Amino acid sequence: MKFRAKIIDVGCLNHFTRVVNTVSRLTKACVLRLTCDHLYFVLSGRVASGGVSMWCELSQGNFFDEFQLEGVSADANEILLEVAPENLSRALKTAQNAKSVKIKLTKKSSACLTLAAELPSLSSVSRVVTHDIPVDVIPRRLWHDFREPQMPDFDVSIYLPPLKTLKSVVDRMKNLSNSLVLEANLNGEMNLKIDTDLVSVTTHFKDLGNPPWGDDGSQSSSPHRDPELMTEVCVDIRKLQQFLTGQQVHPSRAMCNIVDRRILHLIFLHEDVSLQYFIPALA
Amino acid sequence: MPLSTQSQADIDQYILIASLDNARNLSNILKAISFRDHAIFNATQNGLKVTVEDSKCLQANAFIQADIFQEYIIKEDTVGFQVNLTVLLDCLTIFGGSTVPGVCTALRMCYNGYGYPLTLFLEEGGVVTVCKINTQEPEEPIDFDFCSTNVTNKVILQSDSLKEAFSELDMTSEVLQITMSPSHPYFRLSTFGNSGNAHYDYPKDSDMMELFQCTKIQTSRYKMSLLKPSTKALALSCKVSVRTDSRGFLSLQYLVRNDDGQICFVEYYCCPDEEVEEE
Repeated sequence: MKFRAKIIDVGCLNHFTRVVNTVSRLTKACVLRLTCDHLYFVLSGRVASGGVSMWCELSQGNFFDEFQLEGVSADANEILLEVAPENLSRALKTAQNAKSVKIKLTKKSSACLTLAAELPSLSSVSRVVTHDIPVDVIPRRLWHDFREPQMPDFDVSIYLPPLKTLKSVVDRMKNLSNSLVLEANLNGEMNLKIDTDLVSVTTHFKDLGNPPWGDDGSQSSSPHRDPELMTEVCVDIRKLQQFLTGQQVHPSRAMCNIVDRRILHLIFLHEDVSLQYFIPALA
Repeated sequence: MPLSTQSQADIDQYILIASLDNARNLSNILKAISFRDHAIFNATQNGLKVTVEDSKCLQANAFIQADIFQEYIIKEDTVGFQVNLTVLLDCLTIFGGSTVPGVCTALRMCYNGYGYPLTLFLEEGGVVTVCKINTQEPEEPIDFDFCSTNVTNKVILQSDSLKEAFSELDMTSEVLQITMSPSHPYFRLSTFGNSGNAHYDYPKDSDMMELFQCTKIQTSRYKMSLLKPSTKALALSCKVSVRTDSRGFLSLQYLVRNDDGQICFVEYYCCPDEEVEEE
C-alpha cells in the first residue's frame, strides 16, 4: 500500500482545510477512503453515532497537484483508514500559509498519515512542520460497511431554505425542545415544528423549489402524488443543529430528501465536494 | 406581514393584540429584566407592563407604552397573564439577531384570555413563525410601597458614567453599598471583596450628574446578586435615576431608547440587605 499526495495551491489548501474542519465538527472518528479519483470521509450509521451516517466526497483532482495511490491490491485499488478528523484539522491549521503540503501514508510505530507543510520563511531555507496522524488501516473484509450509501426511496425532495435562517430557527428551537418535526411537500413548502408542554412553534418556509430528480431518481412518489401532501420526519434537534453548525463550506446547492417518518437525508453540493448526512427518525 | 394570513374571525377572538414592525423593540427591553424564567404581563390602555421578581426582595418592571406599538388593541380594562420569559425571548428572536440594516422581524402578539396561550406571529423575509406559549394565572406583583413622598435622596446620572463602574464591580463582594449625601462623597458606590474595598465616587457637580437632590446622608447595602441583573438595563439606557427612601429601599429607573429612538422605561426596586440593620 502506498499513498502520497501534494497540495501547492493555497486556495485548494484552504478549501481542503474547510472541508476537513466541517467533517471534524460532525464526528470524532470516521473512515477516510482513498481511491485514484476521490477521497471520501465516511461515517457509517451505528448505535454509537446515534444512527447518523455521513458521506463526504471530494474529487481528488480539484485539490491535489500530485496524487499517487497503490491500494491494497490490483483489483482493490483503494485504501481505507480510520482517522480522527480533528487530528487532521489541527495539522492543517499549522499549514495555513504553507507553500506546499505533502500527505503520505507512513509506518512509524503504527500506521500514520504524515503531513509535511513547507512554511514560508525569511531565510532561503524553508521550514518544514511535520505531523504524524495515527490511523488504523481497515481490512478489506470490512470495506462493505463503507460503500456509497444508496439514495433512499424518498417521499419528498426539497431544496433547503437559506442556511442562515434555517440555522437561527433550529438554534432557538433547540432551546425549547429535544425533538423537531420537519415536514415538506412537492409544492416547495417546508415546516419546522416543535411541540412541548410549554410551547409550540411552527416555522413556515415557502417557494423553496423541489429538485427535479426525474428518470434517474428513485422518487417513490407516484406522478399522482398530491403536491400539497406533507411528508414528515421527527428527529433529534441536536443532530440537525450539529450538522448545520459545522458547515464551513458554503454549498451551492442544499437540499433534503425525506422518507416519511423514517429518514432525513441532507445533501450539500459544492463544485468539488458533496456532503450527505442521514439522520434517522426518533423512535 | 402575518396580519394578512389572519381572518376577521381570528382577530375578533383576541382580547389583546399588539404589533411591532421591529420585534427588537420588545425583545431588547425584555432582555433587560430577564433574570428569572417567569414574567407577569399586565396590559392596560396605556400599554404593557412586564414584571419579574426575585425572592421577594427584587422587582424589575419594563414599560412599553401603547404608542410604541404599530397596532395596540385591548378589549378589557386590564389583561394579565404569566408566561415563561426565557421561552418568550427565544420565540421573539427565532430568526436570530439580524445584522443586516433594514431587515427585521415583524411581530404580532395576540391573547384570547384566561386559559389560552399567548400567540406570536413573527415574520422575516417572507418566512412566518407561529408560536403558542402556555400562560398561567398571573401572580400579584409585590407592592414595594415606594412613593415619591418618602424619597430621601435622588440623583439622575447619565448612564455612561455608571456603565464602567458596574462592569468592573467586584463580584466577590456580597453587597453593593450606596452612599448618598448632601456633602462629600455625594454619591458613592462601594464594594468589599476579596481583593479589598473599592469606591466609585460621583461628585455633585460632575458633567454626568443631571440632577442631585440629597437631603441627608444615607448609606445602604444591597445584595450584589440581586443588583447584578440590573446591569443589563443599565447597558441599554441613556439615563438612570437612583432614589432611596426612608427605609433604605432602592429604586433604579432607566430611560431606554429603542431602535427607533422611542423612549421606554425599566425600573428596579430592591430591599436593603437585612444584616446591616443590626449594626
